[in-house]
Order: sequence, then C-alpha cells, then structure tokens
Amino acid sequence: MTFIRLFNFKAQRNFQHFTFSLPSLLATLCVIMAKPVQALDANILYLQQNRPEQALLSNIFNEPADSGLPGAQLAIEDNSTTGRFLQHHYKLTHNQSPTAEPLVAAAVEWVQNGEGLIVANVASDTLLQLANHPALRAKAVIINTGSGDDSLRHQQCTTGLLHTAASRAMLADALAQLLVSKRWQKWFLMRGQRPEDSLFASAMKRAAKRFGASIVEDKTWSFNTDLRRVAQQEIPTFTRARAYDVVVVADELGDVGEYVPYNTWLPRPVAGTQGLTPTAWHRVVEQWGAIQLQNRFEDLAQRAMNGTDYATWLAVRVIGEAVTRTNTTAATDIYKYILSPEFEVAAFKGRKMNFRSWNGQMRQPIALVHPRALISQSPQEGFLHPHTDLDTLGYDKPEVNCSFKTQLD
Amino acid sequence: MIRSLALLLALGAGYATAKDLVYVSNEKDDTLSVIDLSTLTVVDTLEVGERPRGITFNKDQSKLFICASDSDAVQVMDAKTHKMLANLPSGEDPEQFALHPNDHHLYIANEDNAVVTIVDTETRTVIGQVDVGVEPEGMAASPDGNWVVNTSETTNMLHWIDAKTFELKDNILVGQRPRHVEFNKDGSLLWASAEIGGTVSVVDTAKRAIVKDITFKIPGVHPDKIQPVGVKLTEDGRYAFVALGPANHVAVVDAQTYQVKQYLLVGRRVWHLEFSSDQSKLLTTNGISGDVSVIDVDKLKVIKTIRVGRYPWGLAVKKVN
Repeated sequence: MTFIRLFNFKAQRNFQHFTFSLPSLLATLCVIMAKPVQALDANILYLQQNRPEQALLSNIFNEPADSGLPGAQLAIEDNSTTGRFLQHHYKLTHNQSPTAEPLVAAAVEWVQNGEGLIVANVASDTLLQLANHPALRAKAVIINTGSGDDSLRHQQCTTGLLHTAASRAMLADALAQLLVSKRWQKWFLMRGQRPEDSLFASAMKRAAKRFGASIVEDKTWSFNTDLRRVAQQEIPTFTRARAYDVVVVADELGDVGEYVPYNTWLPRPVAGTQGLTPTAWHRVVEQWGAIQLQNRFEDLAQRAMNGTDYATWLAVRVIGEAVTRTNTTAATDIYKYILSPEFEVAAFKGRKMNFRSWNGQMRQPIALVHPRALISQSPQEGFLHPHTDLDTLGYDKPEVNCSFKTQLD
Repeated sequence: MIRSLALLLALGAGYATAKDLVYVSNEKDDTLSVIDLSTLTVVDTLEVGERPRGITFNKDQSKLFICASDSDAVQVMDAKTHKMLANLPSGEDPEQFALHPNDHHLYIANEDNAVVTIVDTETRTVIGQVDVGVEPEGMAASPDGNWVVNTSETTNMLHWIDAKTFELKDNILVGQRPRHVEFNKDGSLLWASAEIGGTVSVVDTAKRAIVKDITFKIPGVHPDKIQPVGVKLTEDGRYAFVALGPANHVAVVDAQTYQVKQYLLVGRRVWHLEFSSDQSKLLTTNGISGDVSVIDVDKLKVIKTIRVGRYPWGLAVKKVN
C-alpha cells in the first residue's frame, strides 16, 4: 500500500492551533452575542475514600490508586465543552480521605454553603452516613459511584441517593443470563473468605434462582497455601465434583480466583470475578462509539478506564446533561429532572440510559469480558420484562422495600 | 454493424440501470470495495489508510476524499487510476466531512478533539478551525453555501458554522447522540438524526428551530434498538430514507407529511445511505453483516445484498458514462 505522508501532521497541528485560536475565540464571543443566555456555575463536590491496601496472592496487576477521579475530571471537560455554548461553567471540588469523618464534614459544609451536587466514590457505610445525615438527607443529590452493595438498592435506599455504579445483583444477573442462555446451568460456586466475596456469592445464588440455574457445589476457599506455586495440585482437588458446567468464582479482590482457570478438575470454563467477568466498563469495550471515550480517558489519565472511573464519569455527565436541559443547578430541580421520564443519557453502551424511579439505580447494559475481549453484553436476547429488558438486571420494583422519593424536600 | 451492436449493448445496459461505480469504505479492513451497479458485483478492492469512514467525491468526480481516521489524514485518491494523490492535513481522527459547494473547502469533523477543521483541497492547507462540542460527527453544507452544520455526539447539539467567516453562529440542542445531518434540495430544511434519542429532527434553516421530531416504531423490535444514523432525501422531495442501525431496517418517510410509510429490512447495523446517480436505487452499508443492500426506490423493495469487507461504513457513487 502506498501511504505517503507529505509532511509532519503533528507539527502542522500545533501550528494550526496557534494560528486559529483567535477565530475560535471570536466564535465563542459570537455565540455569547447571538443568544443572550444566563450564565450558570455548576459546582460538583467529588468525595473519594481511599481503601486500605490488602495483601493478595496475585499482586501482579494492581488497581490504580486514583480509580474514579480521572473519570470525574474527564466528565467535567466533556460538560464544559458543551457548557461553552450555553454559558454553563463546571467546576469539580475534590476531597479525599481514608476515613469517613472528613468526607462527611466536607459534604455538610458544601450543602451549608448553598451547594447541592455531590458525587461519592466511598465505602457503603460512609455513603449511608452521607445519605442519612440530617443536613444532607433529601437536601442534596448524592451519586454513588463506588459501591455495588445491593442493600443500598433494596433495603436502605434514601431519597437523594442515586447510583451510577452497577450493583452486584446487576453484575450477577448479567452473567447468569449469558450462562443460562448457553445452557451452562450447573454451577460450582467457589468463594473467598472476605465479606465482599460472600456478597457476590449471594448475588450469584439469587441470580441462579431467578434464571433457573442450579448450584451443585458451594465451597469456601480457606487454605493458606501460596497458590502461585501449587495451584496445579490444589485447585483440581478443590473443584472435584461429579458434574458441573462452569465454575463460578466469588473473589472480588482477585486473591485465589486468578489461579482457577485451567486448573479445574473438570475441563470447564470459569466465570464470575475471574475468567468471564461481568463489569460496568472495561478497556475492551469499543463498540457504540466507546473507543472515543476510551481514547479521551487514556489521554487524560495515562491508563485504561475501569468500572469505577466509568461510574464516576457517568455521574458527572448525568449532572451535566440535567444542567444542559434544565438550565439550572439547583439540587431539587436537577434531582426531579434526573428521575423524570424526560431524562435520558447516551453513555457508550448502545442504549439510552436513565434511572429506576423506585431506588435511584441507573439502568445500564453490563459487559461480559475476558481480559482481552468483549464476549457479550447483557441483557441477553429473550429475557423479557414488561417495562424494559434492562430491568431484568438487578432489583426490580416489586423486590424493593424502601421509602425512595423522586423529589427532594 | 459492429458499431450499432455496441451501441445497442450500451443502450441496453443504460436502460437496465445507471452505470455507476459505488465506493464503500470498510472500517475494519482498511479497504474500499468498488461495486459495479450495472451488475451489482464487487469489481475491485482498494487498500487505503487506517480505519476509513467518511468518503466523498469532488464535483467532477475526478477525486475521492477518504477519512482515514486512525491515520489522522484525509487521503485524496485519483478516481480513475485509484492511485493515491496526496494526504490532506485533517486534524486528529477525521470521521466525516462535507465538501462545500465551492468544491474546494472541505469541512472535517475531528472526533477526538472537538474541532471542525476546514481544509482547502487545492492548496492542501488548513484555512480554519472551529471549536465545537464533544465528538463532532455529522457534517453538511447548505446548497447555497452559506451554512455548514456539524453534529456533536456527546454534547447533543447542531453547530451552525458561517461558511464565509468560519465562525460559529448558533448551537441548537437535539436528541441524544446526533449522528448525521442532511439538507433538502433547496436548503430550507435540515434533517438531523439522533442515534440514542431514537429520533430524526427536521429543522427550519432560516429560523434554526426544530419543526418536527420524527419517531419510529417497528413491531417486534425493542424501541431502544431503533437508532437512526444515515439519512438521505430524494431530490424530488418525495421520500426521506433513514437507516435505523441495530434495528436492521431503513425507514421510508414521506418528506412532505413526515409520516413513516414503511420499514425495509436490510442487513445488520445499517449505517449510511447513498443514491445511485439517477436516484433509482438506494444503497446501504450494513456494518455487522459486512454487506451492502440495494433498494429499488420506486418499488421500495430490497432487491439485492452484496458482500463487501468488514464493517462497511460510508458510500460514494461515481457516475460512469
């Protein structure tokens, strides 16, 4: 193929940028003059709780320490590009701490200063402290981007608390639909010993019941061997059972689970927190224009975008979309619009996305990936729902028992 | 005798269909497929730059411009010899473009960095850049040459660029993820598709205001999967055709009443559309099934599916005399 570069494009682009900054400035001024619009300052508080490092058997791929933050920053950039044409100015105030107290204090001060938009990438107990604080409850919009805990979606939902993070039940249902549609209905469930492993295992058990799979074994890994050396001996013995179609692993931090694929007693696939994994976002998602978001994120953060980054990007974009369409930044108006039937946001998953009015969870398709490719996206074909098939993932209206209102006080 | 026979043959071929060559960009093959419309077969496959998407001819159809997105270039191909003549400076990640009626100003949407780059195709220089919304995509020049309109997919706006001054004059909000814009023949109306919003907005050019939002409904297809992308209008003002993406159908809209007349089943993830030179046929790119559907415009029937490369994206039609 003849593909001749006539000159250096990079140099040319830099030159263009310098030369044409004046016309673009004029263009911006022109917009201001063409339509008299009211300028707005949209201030968003971003809270990040850094979780303590945990010792893991597999410590080759570490989670980035700043998961979430670059997502918020990118969405501020995206919102600001739109805001330029409407005189809407977005600003992120960023607060991080390993403990809850300073974060709660920052949120209270934020609201006392007349602001009301908060994005929280924090542990679920911190989230509950925020959402139930007398100064914040039903007074601010708090969007959860860091916790997948199901209790926040079906027992402890609170007016004002929304979730762009996918819940464990949504992830488990997404995986279960694929396994069931492939007729891999007999599951060997293998779980780690941490509390979150047990939450994921419970979500998988719930999903098995919903979609007609059966759990033929449910075993907890409790040995202290260094599996990097002996996985080949230990895992086959551990996964010995008469018949199963798939080994479902519940090991959220990636401890023993990484060593299960290819070491099972029966030659069966591995899915769950390792192997074939359900996730809100992954580097391999590139359809539906997602490659553009991936590229923008990597330019900004110098690393790949993960599920928490995505949920945080989405939270700030949701606020941006509401500000753009309603031309206001007041928490009560933003909240009301976000939960109204008019709200929808495009977020690179091939469907319009909006919130469940009964618990504030964002409906979204879930990707099923292995580390190098996208395998599928749930909901799977044929899993029907009277309202929208996206509600086949996670807690549906009849299963939810909490007092969640679609308007703030 | 031989001469008259040749003439007869030529006439016969002309009667059967327009003698056109259709160029199709294959996004995941880095190639163009060339279809002979008289035989409805692929007659050539041409290697081009990386991730080719938008393609368009200049007025006399001597040159084909190709957005090679991952090569960060707009390539210029000799339409006769298929030799590459040059690369135009395009800005990063060019996706779609529109050639101004003056035949030498190319307006390019740079998807990765929220600008529209204006290139003079004769001097091969950048003559302007306009800041627009996030992920600029669709692009159209009004027939009178006054306006160039760009869509931004994540900002959800139509950006109106004054083609004389290269200044941004207006921005209007439309549905989620606007993809494609198309002026009608006299330029009084602009049709804009919103992929995730699921609508096509008809905009009054003079007022720059939406006059109608068209929605679509196909029995058995989930409404979320109805995602309008490519739009083409017949010159006689009869129809608008709308490609509905993963719904795998092309909607036929009465361009006067804005009523949807019918839905034609085509290949999977139907993306962009183009007419044959005599407008008797409409061609569609079907990304996932890797083929092109041919629609008879009078009968409103799909008459043929032609296999091309991987992820066919855009189309351009060259009239061959």
